Amino acid sequence: MPSTTEASERGTSSGKAMRRPVFLNLTQIRMPVGAITSIAHRITGVLLAAGVPFSLYLLGQSLESPQGYARAGALLGNWAVKAAAVLFIWALAHHLLAGVRHLLSDIDIGSRLHAARRSAWIVNIVGLAVALLAAGAVL
Amino acid sequence: MTRAVSGLRAWLVQRISAVYLLVFIVFALGHALLSPPHSYQDWRGWIASPVISIAASVFFAALLAHAWVGLRDVVLDYLPDAAVRVAALSALAIALAATGVWALRILWAASS
Repeated sequence: MPSTTEASERGTSSGKAMRRPVFLNLTQIRMPVGAITSIAHRITGVLLAAGVPFSLYLLGQSLESPQGYARAGALLGNWAVKAAAVLFIWALAHHLLAGVRHLLSDIDIGSRLHAARRSAWIVNIVGLAVALLAAGAVL
Repeated sequence: MTRAVSGLRAWLVQRISAVYLLVFIVFALGHALLSPPHSYQDWRGWIASPVISIAASVFFAALLAHAWVGLRDVVLDYLPDAAVRVAALSALAIALAATGVWALRILWAASS
């Protein structure tokens, strides 16, 4: 997990003086299950942030007038909006679960390697399962 | 404020906001599933009730604080160039502030 402190030191004088090794051969980089949970936590966070304006637009429409409420409901009937909603629901489910996993490991629950690997699998799989359920419900 | 302290503060903001977001989202989803609104009046009445509109305002504040810390980390990780960083962080701050104003206007309009 990249941390803020590490990251903010990267661009400063100490970071510039040092030549860092760069290894970006994607076929050879090993991704243990926790790394997948972690990068997906980041990707879903960015997706969720990108989804905020769309959600706010829907919220505003739905509260503006009875017509707007009907329009927001009709918009959710569109297949492209449904597909986006399923993606958004996956992002939310994964991000929430991965976040709870982080909070628990902060208070030392499941922070040992074996338990952390197991919870990483659970987060990845349950996130996808929620997305499948959502797809079944809306499509 | 030293760098270490500011990092600790970001860490705390991220976690406190996360807990509030989690509680609010579970509550809102539970409400939507157990007693979904049956009409526009129903829906607007629910949002406009004092407890919900205050809880929702706090939700948006927590959401934006959470998004700021998270997206700031992403910018700091992938944009090493100082000028690009400052530009990206400024754009992010403006976008989040505008989003906050928008969210509050929606909630206020619904309550008035």
